[in-house]
Amino acid sequence: MELDTVLISRLLTAMTLGFHIIFATLGVGVPLMISAAEFIGIKRKDPHYRLLARRWTRGFIISVAVGVVTGTAIGLQLSLVWPNFMQMAGNVISLPLFMEVFAFFFEAIFLGIYLYTWDRFKNEYIHWLFSLPIIIGGGFSAVFITIVNAFMNTPDGFEVENGAFAAVNPIGAMLNPATPTKVFHVLSTAYLTCAAILAAITAFLILKKKATDYYKKALKLTLALTFVFGVLTVITGDTSAKFLAAHQPEKLAAAEWHFETEEGADLILFGWLNDAHETIGEIRIPKFLSFLAHGDFNAEVTGLEETPEEMWPPLWVHYMFDLMVTIGFVLPAIALLYFILKKMKNRQEHNKGMLSLIALSGPLALAAIEFGWIYAEEGRQPWIIRGYMTVEEAATSSPYIGLMFILFLALYILLGTLFVITLRKIFRDNPAEEELEKHYPSVKKGDES
Amino acid sequence: MSYEIIGISVLWIFLYGYLIVASIDFGAGFFAFYAKITKQDHVVNQLIARYLSPVWEVTNVFFVFFFVGIVGFFPESAYYYGSALLVPGSIAIILLAIRGSFYAFENYGSKQSTVYTFLYGATGLLIPASLSVALTMSEGGFITEENGVVSLQYLKLFTSPLSWSIVALAIVSVLFISATFLSFYAARAQDEPALKLVRHFALFWSTPSIIAALTTFIFLSQHNPGHYENMLDLWWMLGLSVGFFMIASWLLYMGKYYGIAFVSIMLQYFFAFFGYGIGHYPYILDPLISIHEGATHESMGIALIIAFIGGLLLLVPSLILLMKLFLFNADYVKGKK
Repeated sequence: MELDTVLISRLLTAMTLGFHIIFATLGVGVPLMISAAEFIGIKRKDPHYRLLARRWTRGFIISVAVGVVTGTAIGLQLSLVWPNFMQMAGNVISLPLFMEVFAFFFEAIFLGIYLYTWDRFKNEYIHWLFSLPIIIGGGFSAVFITIVNAFMNTPDGFEVENGAFAAVNPIGAMLNPATPTKVFHVLSTAYLTCAAILAAITAFLILKKKATDYYKKALKLTLALTFVFGVLTVITGDTSAKFLAAHQPEKLAAAEWHFETEEGADLILFGWLNDAHETIGEIRIPKFLSFLAHGDFNAEVTGLEETPEEMWPPLWVHYMFDLMVTIGFVLPAIALLYFILKKMKNRQEHNKGMLSLIALSGPLALAAIEFGWIYAEEGRQPWIIRGYMTVEEAATSSPYIGLMFILFLALYILLGTLFVITLRKIFRDNPAEEELEKHYPSVKKGDES
Repeated sequence: MSYEIIGISVLWIFLYGYLIVASIDFGAGFFAFYAKITKQDHVVNQLIARYLSPVWEVTNVFFVFFFVGIVGFFPESAYYYGSALLVPGSIAIILLAIRGSFYAFENYGSKQSTVYTFLYGATGLLIPASLSVALTMSEGGFITEENGVVSLQYLKLFTSPLSWSIVALAIVSVLFISATFLSFYAARAQDEPALKLVRHFALFWSTPSIIAALTTFIFLSQHNPGHYENMLDLWWMLGLSVGFFMIASWLLYMGKYYGIAFVSIMLQYFFAFFGYGIGHYPYILDPLISIHEGATHESMGIALIIAFIGGLLLLVPSLILLMKLFLFNADYVKGKK
């Protein structure tokens, strides 16, 4: 492969988005966790939960900062790196893009208020109420930006005249076939990931220090949320697969290495592909792909052969798909195991093995976000707007794109490193135990068993 | 009034909003750094941090709002500006990224670092400079298009007196607007030492700001006579702008009514900015994109305007709440909350 401007444009965008979605996911999901903790804390008059909300917020604001600046970067890069795409698609998708900015605006305002009004109101619920617009704003920005992406997968809401979009119906474009499944899957996975990450941090701290009441409560809350959103993610994942079978069969077929259209198609897990497009060393679940795609073990599933070979997505997306799905099942399973152990008589839920598993679930969840996103994006190749514009036609022709790639790479390395350093410093210099005494002197040391 | 005129008017208002809030922010970053190296940071930095902390993210949104809006309403601009601005645009993004994240690392993380403050202050001046390239470009003559490849003529840009005078105008305006706002804020906080310092800054930067405006105007007449003529027809707007400048300077010199002084400066820039913008009509990029030909489809234009109205109904009360809680809350400003 030659290092041409198109490839560098793709790499630059992939790098920016790959970096941004880590923080974007945190931005969508963490406010819900914070709000839940603060609510329980106020309701039960339990300082542990309220401290939890405070400490999560403090870490959250650092990730928001990186999320905002990388989000600005991708927003501008859409026009800078893909000028032809924005010129064409801007006519149809500027409404959701615009509404995304409004949602972000709304969130930004209330985040400022929430951060600086702790202890400012007599009625504690007032401060808690300010967390709701943050959840709503964050959720809706995810919804609107996912709608833009959904449009690129299944364009709708316009007619084509002389190669340009005409007779545009903005609402029709927003409510394209991919919108519902994509939106719900993005939201459920964002909440799942944040719950899993916070659970993982807690488990890691218990492993390093000891299981005080504060950490135990944090673990129980985050794992309960992991389980709920994990189950929801499995459901939204299933509806996404059924959507693909109906509207984007080549994407599902590429993920499953399903070449020939057939009834009762098998589900292929992992394995390798040889030159003759035969799978080796795979785990084969008979007829399960038909079930996954249509809810019927004998249904016909469209194979890749129906798509001309030059329009195939890369076949390595299979691994991305499998890894994402596997992690999607593992995360709620880990949470369930914890609650089973907790219910058992000898109460072994805080043993080393269990805690290590939980500590692993955070990185796994983030990895699944990346895998799923890479699958969704690469699975649409070679199109940027499926059926209308290829990635090659959309990219910038500027010779400076390679230089920009290096500059942005350096920027993200710098931001990533400082992000980790800053977070570690915040929490290391200020342990929960000390802070608990400072903010809530009524809590006796004896509580910290 | 056609939808594209409404669109560009709203966008221009938002760009004006960004000009004001971002100037306060960028200038404050520079003054915070300047105060630190001249060992006066104990005087003003608390004041600056108290204002900036709750609002820095909001400032950022004004900018995102504008550029998403302009490509939404005028997709043609994505093609020309997007292609030509890859390098200056990317540099602006990187500076904004460093600025925004370092602000959070410094203020919410427990690290006090001169390097961070320096980068925060320096980017505050470099960002207006890099963003002003787009403004220079819109005057026309800096872009060529050959075989579908749009490119920016860097040599022409860097040797143009117009582009440098716009850069100078952007930087000194940032410092002038910011210092006046901080004077108002310090006066509200009844923080005498801080007020003394920032008032000094404001007085210092008032003269260069008006000189830079005049030189830009002169170079504009050479580079784009049509635009210059249009602006001369709007002589009363420019006159009002100069009038408000004089009121603001006088009040700053007298050392009272800082609130009115700041409002005068907002009006000074309002009339200058809108005189400039209206004079630019009908072009978004002279002569390649005009407002009427480059606009999006009518159905999308109307949908965007409805989204504007809905969005503003949500945002304006929220912004008022934000200002009530922080900007106009005497106890908060004084640092008691």
